[in-house]
Amino acid sequence: MFEYAPAPESRSVVDLKPSYGLFIDGEFVDPTDGGSFKSINPASEEALAEVAEAGPQDVERAVRAARTAYEKVWGLMPGRDRAKYLFRIARIIQERSRELAVLESLDNGKPIKESRDVDLPLVAAHFFYYAGWADKLEHAGFGADPKPVGVAAQVIPWNFPLLMLAWKIAPALAAGNTVVLKPAETTPLTALLFAEICQQAELPAGVVNIVTGAGDTGRTLVEHPGVDKVAFTGSTDVGRAIARSVAGTRKKLTLELGGKAANIVFDDAPIDQAVEGIVNGIFFNQGHVCCAGSRLLVQENVADRVLESLKRRMAQLRVGDPLDKNTDIGAINSAAQLERIRELSDAGSAEGAERWSPPCELPDRGFWFAPTIFTGVTQAHRIAREEIFGPVLSVLTFRTPAEAVEKANNTPYGLSAGIWTDKGSRILWTADRLRAGVVWANTFNKFDPTSPFGGYKESGYGREGGRHGLEGYLNV
Amino acid sequence: MTATTTSARSELSELGRSETALRTFLHGLPGVDQVGAEQRAAQLGTRSIKTTAKAQAIDLAIRMVDLTTLEGADTPGKVRALAAKALRPDPADPSCPHVGAVCVYPAMVPYVAEVLRGSGVHLASVATAFPSGQAPLEIKLADTRAAVAAGADEIDMVINRGAFLAGRYKEVYDEIVATKEAAGDAHLKVILETGELATYDNVRRASWLAMLAGGDFIKTSTGKVPVAATLPVTLVMLEAVRDFRAATGRQVGVKPAGGIKNTKDAIKYLVMVNETVGADWLDPDWFRFGASSLLNDLLMQRTKLTTGTYSGPDYFTLD
Repeated sequence: MFEYAPAPESRSVVDLKPSYGLFIDGEFVDPTDGGSFKSINPASEEALAEVAEAGPQDVERAVRAARTAYEKVWGLMPGRDRAKYLFRIARIIQERSRELAVLESLDNGKPIKESRDVDLPLVAAHFFYYAGWADKLEHAGFGADPKPVGVAAQVIPWNFPLLMLAWKIAPALAAGNTVVLKPAETTPLTALLFAEICQQAELPAGVVNIVTGAGDTGRTLVEHPGVDKVAFTGSTDVGRAIARSVAGTRKKLTLELGGKAANIVFDDAPIDQAVEGIVNGIFFNQGHVCCAGSRLLVQENVADRVLESLKRRMAQLRVGDPLDKNTDIGAINSAAQLERIRELSDAGSAEGAERWSPPCELPDRGFWFAPTIFTGVTQAHRIAREEIFGPVLSVLTFRTPAEAVEKANNTPYGLSAGIWTDKGSRILWTADRLRAGVVWANTFNKFDPTSPFGGYKESGYGREGGRHGLEGYLNV
Repeated sequence: MTATTTSARSELSELGRSETALRTFLHGLPGVDQVGAEQRAAQLGTRSIKTTAKAQAIDLAIRMVDLTTLEGADTPGKVRALAAKALRPDPADPSCPHVGAVCVYPAMVPYVAEVLRGSGVHLASVATAFPSGQAPLEIKLADTRAAVAAGADEIDMVINRGAFLAGRYKEVYDEIVATKEAAGDAHLKVILETGELATYDNVRRASWLAMLAGGDFIKTSTGKVPVAATLPVTLVMLEAVRDFRAATGRQVGVKPAGGIKNTKDAIKYLVMVNETVGADWLDPDWFRFGASSLLNDLLMQRTKLTTGTYSGPDYFTLD
């Protein structure tokens, strides 16, 4: 046997402070109420740093700082000058990408190979891409001289902490808005390091404000009357509550919510690559992906063969220390998320689906869940309908292309879908009929700043990324 | 072997009887998505192999080297020196294993045989009008017989790419069968020359064709065309030997050749073997590197691991 020796990425590149304040008006400040919470490493449950909890007065300060910066500096600045700051931020992110990647893996639990090879390159690419738009907004298709909206309240999830920050902040700033961003309470640390990068880039004070805290802080922020635009990525339940709270106000809203994507494998698919796509679709980032291919729809006449290959491939997945460069699957982000994954998986077994995981040893401390597939799943099972947001795949079969489309669309969600076939015409036929914002053909979980991303139905509205991503931040 | 694989094996052995049956079978193999295959190969290339794992990989890679010289300028003196190096790659360190085989032209086989006799290092000879294969069949077979008679126990043949690309699969198949017969007890490595086959679909089909015809090893390249071994091509070939064993119970070896110059590359191949076909292939009997300059880099890295310092290239023999 060829056993890989441990290959840990060094933690010493990250210089964590014991505690962090709120980033308001260009400075780290203590919260008015003095509340705080700890952010932990989900792979070991050790506390990484103490983080301030923003109360209503802090949110008020942050929104006011953003308003002042918008009216006095950023909103008036020519696009070409805003672009210079964004390019500078993008370059600093690249320069400090190792540090950011290690911190992301520490705070989130995702494997270093993903934070290093996927998250950080995409984060930098988003800032570079939108930096390029800042002085070309009149060519974006939203009128001759589109204006910014004003102050944007942005609430982001814990699955891609820095990447979601980039998706939110880069287009907002390019279009001339200022922002108050609330990172998730389990993963605030890279956002705080990003705040330091804003200081390093000498971004004018108040253009970016970061308020840490949990649901209450987020609610206070999105309900604040001084906010012109709300952007949220997270669960459909919270998205509904936000939609209700901004209804009847002047606030512009974009929501990027849950998903239960179908990954459709036709019988003429390139099987070895399809298996890679299935694995990437559901086990990338421990399945903590809103667009994860969590429902595998495989044509019945190749189902046995595909499943055999899939199981063989899953046995190669390396679960463990997120900082080990050879780890494929890291830690579940929180105890609460682990509990939800367990509950839904138990429901899958109880409802009669057949559960399988490869043999794998899980560490004693921290939050872990073995990669799991359920076969014999039908549309009636909870695991085929509800978003699990973990490394759990439900396998269903279909007989004809029409049935595949019908099953794929038979969900309240509509964020993404995948098609695997060697036949180009079948890709086009299927993609035309899928009710999903993103359709991948012979690949999965591919992201690019030039490509718009967003959902149909209860997966949300509005698009992020690409030219389309500017619309949410322009007064059009 | 299960009853299913036995019957599958006999069904598959019938395929070579008809051009139509061969074509239907080869064109019915699942396609290879180029982007996906290349992406998978690149991902495997990011594995980080350090310390004990690296030491283990280096020794294994040395044992898998087919130390090769295939030049018009090869002389008895040159190939004897190469054979001596194959036996003791690092004269300064007796714990260093010997390589898998020495690979030369048929005319050079007798000189190498003298040196290698009884050593456990195999003697491979290219044959069948290497590298182009563009000669009458009788000449290719005579070439093979001569190499075996002179002492080669492994034959590296080239497939008829012209016939393959023209779709005359049975002709390619029959030539491999005939060469296998001419080679007798010698192990037959079938060179697909993947750089000339161009597509991964062709690589998969040629791999199956060579295995169906009785090849003991499938090998990527001659080293004589611009594109030699690559990681994605080797991935497709490894998937083919994996699927072939699942269908028939017979294990076939894989040999990437050409362009593998350093330890880092060699380790990427070993990682790919490990995670695609598993431990059964992590052995010189089932996986080889066709290479020449690779060996000295492996030796330099090996010395670095054992002594902690890099020695200059002057400390490693040039043969």
